[in-house]
Order: sequence, then structure tokens, then C-alpha cells
Amino acid sequence: MPQPAVQIERSIAKVMATIEARGLWKTFGTTVALDSIDLRVEEGRILGLIGPNGAGKTTALNAILGLTPYQGELKVLGRDPWNERNQLMRDVSFIADVAVLPRWIRVTHLLDYIAGVHPRFNRTKAESFLSKTTIKRTSKVRELSKGMVAQLHLALVMAIDAKLLVLDEPTLGLDILYRKQFYDSLLNDYFDHSRTIVVTTHQVEEVQDVLTDLMFIDRGRIALQCSMEEFDSRYVEVMVNPEHVAAARALKPIHERPVFGRSVLLFDHVDRDQLAVLGEVRRPSIADLFVAVMSNNANQPQLSHEVAAHEGTTAR
Amino acid sequence: MNTSPNNTPEPAGGSLSPEALAKADDPGYSSATTRPLYWSARRELWENRSIYIAPLIVAAVVLFGFLVSTIGMPERRQGVLLLDPAHQRAAIGMPYDVAAMMLIFTAFIVGVFYCLDALHGERRDRSILFWKSLPVSDLTTVLSKASVPLVILPLTIFGVIVLVQFFMLLWSSAILLPSGLAATTWTRFNLLKQSVILLYSLIVIVLWHAPIYGWALLISGWARRATFLWAVLPLLAIGVLEKFAFDTSHFASMLKDRLFGAGDTAFAFQPHHGIAINSLIQLTPGRYLTTPGLWIGLAFAAAFVAVAVRQRRYRGPI
Repeated sequence: MPQPAVQIERSIAKVMATIEARGLWKTFGTTVALDSIDLRVEEGRILGLIGPNGAGKTTALNAILGLTPYQGELKVLGRDPWNERNQLMRDVSFIADVAVLPRWIRVTHLLDYIAGVHPRFNRTKAESFLSKTTIKRTSKVRELSKGMVAQLHLALVMAIDAKLLVLDEPTLGLDILYRKQFYDSLLNDYFDHSRTIVVTTHQVEEVQDVLTDLMFIDRGRIALQCSMEEFDSRYVEVMVNPEHVAAARALKPIHERPVFGRSVLLFDHVDRDQLAVLGEVRRPSIADLFVAVMSNNANQPQLSHEVAAHEGTTAR
Repeated sequence: MNTSPNNTPEPAGGSLSPEALAKADDPGYSSATTRPLYWSARRELWENRSIYIAPLIVAAVVLFGFLVSTIGMPERRQGVLLLDPAHQRAAIGMPYDVAAMMLIFTAFIVGVFYCLDALHGERRDRSILFWKSLPVSDLTTVLSKASVPLVILPLTIFGVIVLVQFFMLLWSSAILLPSGLAATTWTRFNLLKQSVILLYSLIVIVLWHAPIYGWALLISGWARRATFLWAVLPLLAIGVLEKFAFDTSHFASMLKDRLFGAGDTAFAFQPHHGIAINSLIQLTPGRYLTTPGLWIGLAFAAAFVAVAVRQRRYRGPI
């Protein structure tokens, strides 16, 4: 995995990965939710975990956060998340879904409580994040709009000096302004290269320029894993001129879709110069690659077909 | 003064990084001594205001009832004073005992319903996902919830009862003052002594009821819905089954003893005086502490709480 210079220096000093999983396995009854996942997330990365509903994203995050027992090997910040959860939660924070803040609590009480229980919570910082919003300190959470609740939760989480932040669909149901602002604050006010962020979302367009690493997960398995540098160098999308379609298809595109009567082909590991003569070359979006990988994946035989249907009801 | 928030060992490299030093100097960080149990208990009071509002409402009703009952009190007091001393004490102390009992009953009801919701509410509104994102262990959380019926409610209710009885004393004195009978209450109802008896009674009752609260907590952490029914119906079913199968009612009498039997060994009741306690000699803590039922109940309470703690680890939102 190519890394920026800072990363290489750090990994010499400290080889330990933030998240390291080998053969991570989880079943609900007879259905397999995580089918032997191998995963390594280095410090300072922003990993996007993308997958269809019920693919096992939330189950994987729950295992990482020590919310569910699992089989296989898993270390988060060098600790076993299930058995050392209490110590781990000093260094890990997470937003699991939108609107999990208790509706009855007042904003001031929320600040009091976290300051009273969390040794790494910086109240001054939280107050200054809040002062940039219209959230009143005396309001109860139930009086805030959905977007404001997300802002509040983000302000609280950003004021915690955590080494790992896990976000599970943090912007679901928010309007585009709040979503944009959410990721902007995360990058500008929180992220530095000593922190690691793992995020799942369905709004992949918005995180494309936020992520440093990408992982597709489907039916409990990793369908694709690459850094964004790798993504940009490997995948090329070409809007092929009609006369070149046959030539383009001969280069074995991984996906083809029609757009306004023209064919858009997605290539993996094909020389750009060779493609440039066939039509208009451009950077594919994560969403297009996702569709390509998922539809190719669907054609391959899988053992655990029930997972998708089952996980939605059991994991949540 | 060391205010470093870093409780974990520094990463390889030895000395503090400039970053860590900056944090240590930043007054915004919480000090290294956090108090999860204390703040979790306060959290419960923010969420469940009925813990103090319900007793206050009942106290207001009791006081209002007492105010109404004091109409014509001087004449009735003349009549009471014709009785023998024991009956005088009983008649004059009666309203105070009734007030105390109503408030103790309120605390019990509030405590049971609080426990039935304590571990259910956070799963129902999904806020458990937020609480679990903070470094507060399941043990601390469940203990803070158990402390509400076992410590916070009894102390609250003690304060409320003493205040109510004090107001009742003042009011009756004011009513009786013109007829020169004000002192007749104070000599027959000793607030200080009654407060000692009340505190003892509350401890006795809470320890006796501990397994009930523990059971309610366990059910609230386990049931997906209808916690009250899950807590009550299985117990009724066992009682009914036993009646049909063996024509006995050991289980039912055990439940009855658990609900109402706290005082059986904790007080030496005087014949013909009902449940009125007006002397410290009537308190029998030694006999109470050697009752097997007390210790069996406490063992069950501890087991129920332990199961509730373990359960919370596995439970997510419903």
C-alpha cells in the first residue's frame, strides 16, 4: 500500500496498525455475516467501508468497537476489543448511526456528563465547536433538528482526543448542506495524521475526496481493497466513441454502461494512452466502481446467500 | 500538578511529545480523575425526574389532606386526651405514620417502574449506542442504575418524610395553640426519635426489597417489550401452576413475604397496637440481620444485577 512520507516515518517508529484483523468471522445462527475478513488499517488513514445493505459493514464495525463477540483474530490499537473494551473506549470514539443522542438530555448536561466520565474530552474545544452552530446550550436534544443533532454529536466527538474514530452512516437522512459541512469539519478541525477514521456511508460521492483508503464489502467478504492513490492509478473510465466500441471491449473492461446512447467502459490496469485514442478518458467515481465490482461479484457463486437478508434484522 | 489526560503509557520514544505537553497545559481537558459512577447516577436523575417529583407530589397531597383533617382538631384532641397514654400516642401519631407509609409506598412504586425501564429505555431509543461510545463500563452503568432504588430513592424519601412530618407538626401546633394544646403533640410525637425509626425502617425495607429491584433490572435488560408483564406474569404463572399441580402455595407465600414481610423480624410489634412503632426498643436489628430470608434475598439481588451487567454487554438497540 503506497503511503505518504509522514506515514512511512511513523510506521518505522511504530509498526502497530490501528486495526488488524485476520480471519474475522461472525455468524448469526446459520448465516455468515463476516466470512473470514482480513483487514489492516494503518494510523493516519481514512478508510471508507462501502457495501450494500446487510453486507456486514455494521457487524464489522461492531466487532471493531467491542460491541459484539466474534471469532478470529482482531486487534484494535493493540487491544482485543471484546475483552478489553473498557480500556479501549478511552482511545476510540464512534458515531453509530444518526440520532442516537438521548432525546431527553440538555446540551449542557451532555457536556457535563462527558467531561465527568471521559479523561480525553476537551470541554473548551466542544464549546467552541458549538459556538459555530446555532445550537443553544439550554436546549434539549429533542428540540433540535436532525441536522443540529448530527452537528452536536460531531462537536462532542471532535472534542475527544481519540486515536480511532468510527462513523457508521453518520450523515444518513441529512440534507446536502449538513453533509458537506460534516465532512469539512471532520477534515479541517479534527483529522490529523495521528488519528484514524473508519466511515461507512451510502453517499459515496461525498466521501470520494475525503478517503485515503477504500474497501468494498459484500456478503461478508471483502470485494475490493485499495488506497485512493491506487484507485486513481488503476481505474480509468472511458466514454468510448461509437466507432471504437469493439476495440474498447477487446481490452476487457470490468464494466460497461450506456450513457446518452454512448458506452462508458470501466477499465482496471489498462494503459491510459492506449485508452485515450478510444474516447474521452476520465476519473471514475467510487459509485461507478462499486456498481461494477458488485455486479461482477453477483455473478460469482457465493456460499452465504442468506446473509444479506438476515443481517439487517439480527445485527441491529 | 499533573493534569495529563494520558492514562495509557506514552508511545515509544520516552519523553512527552510537544503535542502531549500542550494537552496537559490546556485547561479544557478534564482532569485525570473522572468520576463515572457519580456522573452516571446524576445522569439518571436528569433522565428520571419522577424520582423526586413523584414523592413531592404525594407529599403535597398528604399535606393538603392533613390540612383538611385539622379542621376541628382542638375539639377532637380534647377527646383523645381522655384515652390511656398508649392510645393517646397511637391516635396522635397516626397521621404521621400514614404520611410516612404513603411516601414509602410511592418510593417503592417509583423504584420498581424506574428499574423496569432503566435498561430498556436506552435500547428502545437507541441511545445505548451513544452511552457505549464512552469509557463507562457496563458494571458502572448498571450499578449507577441499581443505586437509584437502593440508595438515592430511600435518601430522597427520608428527607421528604422528615420535612412533611415537620410541617405537619408545625401546622398542628399552630392550630392547637389557641386552645393551649400545642405541646400535646410534641410530647407524644418525638420527631427526632421517629426519624431514627424511619431511617432504620427504610434500610430494612430497601434491603428486603433489593431482589425485587434486581429482578426488575434484569427483565428491563432482557425483554424486548412489555417489561412489566415479563416481570410479573411468569411469577404469577409459577404460583398458579403450583396451586394446580400440588395444591400448595409456597411460591405465592414466598412472594407475599418478599413484598410485605420486611418488618416481621426487624421490629418487635406490641400486641393490640398494630404496626405503630414508637420506641427504639422495638427495633430488633440483630434479629433482622440473622434472618436467612434477608441474606437469601440479597444473594438473589446480587445475582440478578450480575446477570443484568453481563446482558448489557451483549445487548444493542431494539
